This record gives sequence, C-alpha cells and structure tokens, in this order.
Amino acid sequence: MATHALSPAVPAYRGGLYEWLTTTDHKKIGILYLVNSMLMFFIGGIFALLVRAELAYPRIQIFQNEHVYNESFSIHATVMIFLFIIPVLAGLGNYAVPLMIGAPDMAFPRINALSFWMLPLGAMLLLAGFLTEGGAAAAGWTSYPPLTERGPLNSDGPGQDLWIVSLVLIGTSSILGGINFLVTIFKMRAPGMTLFRMPIMVWTMLVTSVLVVMATPVITSALVMLFIDRNYGGTFFTPPAGQAVLYQNIFWFYSHPAVYVMVLPAMGVISEVLPVFSRKPLFGYKAFIFATAGIGALGFSVWAHHMFTTGAVFLPFFALMTFLIAVPTGVKMFNWIFTMFRGQLTFSTPLIFAVGFLTMFLIGGINGAFSAAVPVDFALHDTYWVVSHLHYVLFGGSVFGMFAGIYYWFPKMTGRMLNEGLGKVHFVLMFVGFNLTFFPMHMLGIKGMPRRIADYADPTWNDWNLAATIGGFMIAASMLPFIWNVFISLRNGKLAGDDPWEGNTLEWATSSPPPPYNFDRLPEIRSERPVFDARHGFVGHGGHGGRDEEEAPKALEEPKHDDMGPTRDMGPVEEMGPKS
Amino acid sequence: MTAEAPAITAGHGAAPSGHAQRGISNPILGMILFITSEVMFFSGLFAAYFATRAANVDEWPPGVFAGILDPLGLIMIATIILIVSSFTCQFAVWSIRRGDRRGFVRNTAITFILGVIFLGMQAIDYAILFGEGLTLASGPFGTTYFTLTGFHGAHVFGGVLMLGVILYRGMAGQFSAKHHDAVEAVSLYWHFVDVVWILLFSILYLL
Repeated sequence: MATHALSPAVPAYRGGLYEWLTTTDHKKIGILYLVNSMLMFFIGGIFALLVRAELAYPRIQIFQNEHVYNESFSIHATVMIFLFIIPVLAGLGNYAVPLMIGAPDMAFPRINALSFWMLPLGAMLLLAGFLTEGGAAAAGWTSYPPLTERGPLNSDGPGQDLWIVSLVLIGTSSILGGINFLVTIFKMRAPGMTLFRMPIMVWTMLVTSVLVVMATPVITSALVMLFIDRNYGGTFFTPPAGQAVLYQNIFWFYSHPAVYVMVLPAMGVISEVLPVFSRKPLFGYKAFIFATAGIGALGFSVWAHHMFTTGAVFLPFFALMTFLIAVPTGVKMFNWIFTMFRGQLTFSTPLIFAVGFLTMFLIGGINGAFSAAVPVDFALHDTYWVVSHLHYVLFGGSVFGMFAGIYYWFPKMTGRMLNEGLGKVHFVLMFVGFNLTFFPMHMLGIKGMPRRIADYADPTWNDWNLAATIGGFMIAASMLPFIWNVFISLRNGKLAGDDPWEGNTLEWATSSPPPPYNFDRLPEIRSERPVFDARHGFVGHGGHGGRDEEEAPKALEEPKHDDMGPTRDMGPVEEMGPKS
Repeated sequence: MTAEAPAITAGHGAAPSGHAQRGISNPILGMILFITSEVMFFSGLFAAYFATRAANVDEWPPGVFAGILDPLGLIMIATIILIVSSFTCQFAVWSIRRGDRRGFVRNTAITFILGVIFLGMQAIDYAILFGEGLTLASGPFGTTYFTLTGFHGAHVFGGVLMLGVILYRGMAGQFSAKHHDAVEAVSLYWHFVDVVWILLFSILYLL
C-alpha cells in the first residue's frame, strides 16, 4: 500500500503559494489546470448569460449596441472552447494519466508547467481586448475574414489582434502538452502495462494528443497569416489576390479535429466511470480503442462539412466521410450501453453525470448527422440548429463528462468525498437547465433564426428564446450547489480512503491524495484492471494480451480481499527521485 | 527530470515486460513529435502558398518583379551553405557517438558559424529585395515569399540558438558517447530546418 513515505532524494515540500506557483508535480499542475479552467468556465458563462438575457425578448435591452453583443458571444465561445473545455480535459488527463500508467510524473515536468502557465497569460491577453479602443474580438470564435480584416466596418481595433496572439499562445500550450502526453504514454508506462492494458482514459488522451500535435500547428499558421494580413499589409485572405475561403479551409482543418480533442477525453472519463459503477469490465475494450483511433483518423478528412455552403468544396466526399464518423461513434455507444447492461449499477454522482453524457451526446450526435446531409445542411447552415448541435456535443457531451470526472477523481485529488446529495441537485438542475436552453434551439433553427444576431422580429421565435434564456440561468444556478459542495467537502467531507469507488485502475492503488512521485509500490499489471485483479486476489483474466495465465493459480492460493494483494516492490524509494 | 523512467524499474530484473531503457529516449521522441508539429505548421503555410499562387497563376511572379528571384545568385550560395551545415551537424553527432569530444566541438562550431552565415545572407537578400520594392505588402507574391522565408529564417535562428547551447555544453564537457540526447535532438531539428529550406528553395526559385 502506498504511503506518504518520502525519500531523502525527493525535495522537501515548500509550503503554500510558492509551491503552487513553482510546482512541476503533474498532480498539482492538473489541479491548477482544473481551477483555472473552472474560473474560465464562469467567465465564459457570464458572457453566455448576457447573450441569453439579450435574446430573451426582441429588440436591444442589455447591450448598448449590437457590437458589444458581438463581442460577448465571440468571447463566450473563445473562452469556453480554448480556455475551458480543452484545458479542463487536458487537466484531468494531466492528473490521471501518469497515475493510471503507474508513472512517477509526466515525461517533461517543467514543460508541463510551462504549458499550464501559458493559459492564464493567454486568457489575460484575450480579455484585455475589452480595455482597448474598439473592444474585444467580435467576429465570432471562427474569426472568418473578411470580418476580421482590418477596416472601419470589420475589425478595426487591436482586440482582434489580441485574440490572435492569445490563441497562438494557447495553441502552443496545447502542442507542448500533447507532446508531453505522447512521450509519457509511450515511454513511462510501468512494467506490465502494455498498450492494450492501458485504461481507456489513457488511450483517449493518446489519440487526443496525436490530434493536438498534428492539427493545432495548422491553426497557428492560419492565425499568423491573418495577423500578417491585418498588420503588415498581407493579402492571404483579402480579395482580389487572396481568398477568404482559404482561411476557412485551414481553420477547419484544425477546428474539426479540435472537436474530437474536446470530446475524446470526456469519452475516456466516462469509459472509466461506467465500468466501475456497473461492476463490470468495459464491454469491448479493443473495439473501443479502435473506434477511438478511427474517430481520430477520420477527423482529419471531414473539415469541409463546415463549409458546404461556400460552394468551394467537394460535397459528396465530405458528406460521406462525415457520415462515416457515425460508425465508430456508434460502436462506442454500444460499448457504454452494454457495459451498463446487467451490471450492478450504483447511482453515485459520477455515474449519473456519465449517463447524462451518454444521453445528451447521443442527441448531439444524431442532430449532427442531420447536418451532415448536404441538402439539410443548406437549410440549417448558420441557424440556431447548429448552436443547438454544438452545445449538445460540447456541453451535453464534454461538460457532463468533465463533471463525471471531477466527481470521480475529487476523492483521489483531495482525500475527501464530495457530498452525494448536493451532487445530485447539481446534476438535476444542470440537466434540466441544459435541455431547456438548448432543445428549443432546434425549433428556432428549423424556423430559420440565424446565429449571432442580437435582435429578431419574428414573433414565433419569442417563446422558444425566452425558454432558452430561463434554461441558461438554471444552468448558472446549478453551479451554486457545485461550488458549495466543493467548499464544504474540502473542509468537512467524508474521508475517502485510497479506493472509495472500488476502482479498476492504478490511481486507486496509491494514497489519496497520492504522494509526490505517486507510488511506492505497484500491484502486478496483468490486465486493464490491475487494481480489480489485486483486490480479488487473482491476476489477469487472460483477456487483453495477458500472456501470464500460468501464474494465476499461484496468486489464487493466497487471496487478500482487504488488501492490495500481490504487489511489486518498487525498490528503494530514493531511486524514484529526480536524477538529473 | 527525464531520467525517472529507468529509475522506476531499477533493481528488479524480474519485470515481466521491461520498459524504459529500450528504444528511443524521451527527449529525442519529444523532439520528433515537436518536429511533426512544425511540419504541420509549415504545411499550413505551404498550402496557403499554393492556393494563392493557383489563384494568381497568370502573373506569378507579377510583371514588376519578374526575374527578381535569381536561383543562381546569392541564394544558391546560401542554400549550399545550409546543406553543408547539415552534413557538419551530422559529423558532430557521429563524433560524439564515438566519444570524440574535440571532433564534436569542432563540427558543431562549424555548423553554428554556417548557420549564422546563412542568416546573414538571408538578411542581405531581404535588403536587396526591399530595395527592389518587394515587401510583405506588395501583393500576393511578396506576402507569401516573405511569410514563408521569414518563418523559415526564424526557425533557423532558433536552430542556431540550440546549436549555441550544445556547443557551449560540449565545450564544458557535458556530453559523452553515452549521454548526448540533446545533441541528437538538436541535429534532428537542424536537418528539419534544412529540408524545409530545400523545399522552399525549390518552390520559390525553381518551380
């Protein structure tokens, strides 16, 4: 059993704030990611509430003019995508991945710290736009030229430039993080942890990191070209010599894979949560991995489905590839459903949020498949249908998955349980509020309400808009029990112990919170559920690459139900300290 | 800090499937992945170049600047210098693999100086082009030319800094036949910068 034993080689803990500002411990950096991202979630949420408040009734009430409205939805989307969803999932991965593969830390701890600290800097640059003349970026999170070219009617002020610089910084942070994850996963696995014994969360982070490393630099190139156009008289995207649609191609070459960057880790989280709370192994472990890799690969061939109406892309190809994405996604749906099927379900908060992910992501997937059909897309392009679809995927999917992860790993991070009752209040408010906000947007989309308008005149849109606004404030209200829950649980929460959920993966084999460098000793790793195996006193079920069945009977002779069972001595602890 | 992977398995040979020690080292894998991301960055710029050129194919380069980019002039010398520097960089790697520190320092120093000369020649080339009136703002040709070569130059500058670091460390005796991951990583980066330049030279001057 892991303890708090520290070796002389591990530097003594420096206390308090200084430790948090200078830490290179992946667990602390992971928590920093989470805290920073939640802060961004609240900032982005405030902009969302302003937007919804404006849209509750026709005409302009909240904002001085449409331009400020444009700034609000642009910054809402930018903050939520680049400073909340992507980093919060990277944060969960940062915390969980080294623990799950039995590693002492990430491969490059200092680069890991650098990746994190670029985020607050990027956030400050982005939000500094509000202090400049002309305000913050107001051309939407996609920032298409010619809207973003410099000009009195487009984006005249420095707000758009700050947006570009901020995104380049955040992108660099992502790339460095992705490289770090890949090297960690390929090189730092504990003995016995073969690729096909890795937890699904690690697999999804692997595929996500490949997408980040391959796709994010491409948007960086689009951003620097936009910057050159705006500031040095370039003509990349300015007619007649340049082409605005070129930006869209390069932008979506990143931003479609980025959708999977935003959802795959959340899929990984619920693939950890569902087996644990169903008391069953994940149904179809390898199928799930191949489906994940398939989504990642297909993700690079569908970008132009965002551009059907430009008339500049080959429609049949991109429609076909987009429909193909539904296949691996459907495989995963069956993985999850059959994991729960006939399982011994425990409806704890993490499971409820995971089921929320399943149902909401299903809706988001299906209404996405609608838009993959070219004729339907021509009707629905740039309407509220799209807003609804993307929120069902990114909020109904990623955010619910992220909360499942937070409720699941909070005991590991802090050593204390979150309150179940408050967690359920949080879920119910968020689930109802979410559907009240985003389901009516389907109707608005079909009725033809365009995105990104501050005012509307069709009276049949009024009721649905009001409903969506009420739902938006419900989502905001659902954050109150969550914050209160974290606050009281940190002070007085029930002590968690090492393994409160009877988990499967290695993070539950160490103490809560884990000591620096994570493990004194590890259980034998003979399947993708080493802690389950250890708890039940047998080693490996011969399932996934387990070639050591002959050792199983030996382990069965001495079952240790209340202990970790067979463990491997990790050798003298000081060997785990930093060497260089 | 990256030496932890070997440490975790040290002391028990009974590991069922050993890891760490085997295969590529962490810093080199990290550099390969970083280069992958750089390749994708330049892919975006190259894609923009070809798209822009295809849309302006009738006047490429525009009449005023026709013949301004002479592949046999200064830029040919710069190209040869960069290619030679890739060779000397590799000689440095082979030296340190043999444990030949003097050879390593000598070859790295030559590579470093060649890199600096390349940057100097690019600066002279830019000055000449500016003199002819070709700038970032002079239409699609100037925009793509200076963006592509500018970002390449920035990467050469980064590579020269890295070479400076390993040169300094090599002179301080920090590398040996066993421990020289930084050298291997920097050499990979330098070769990458070289390959990008060969592509750039081919499409900008020859194609």
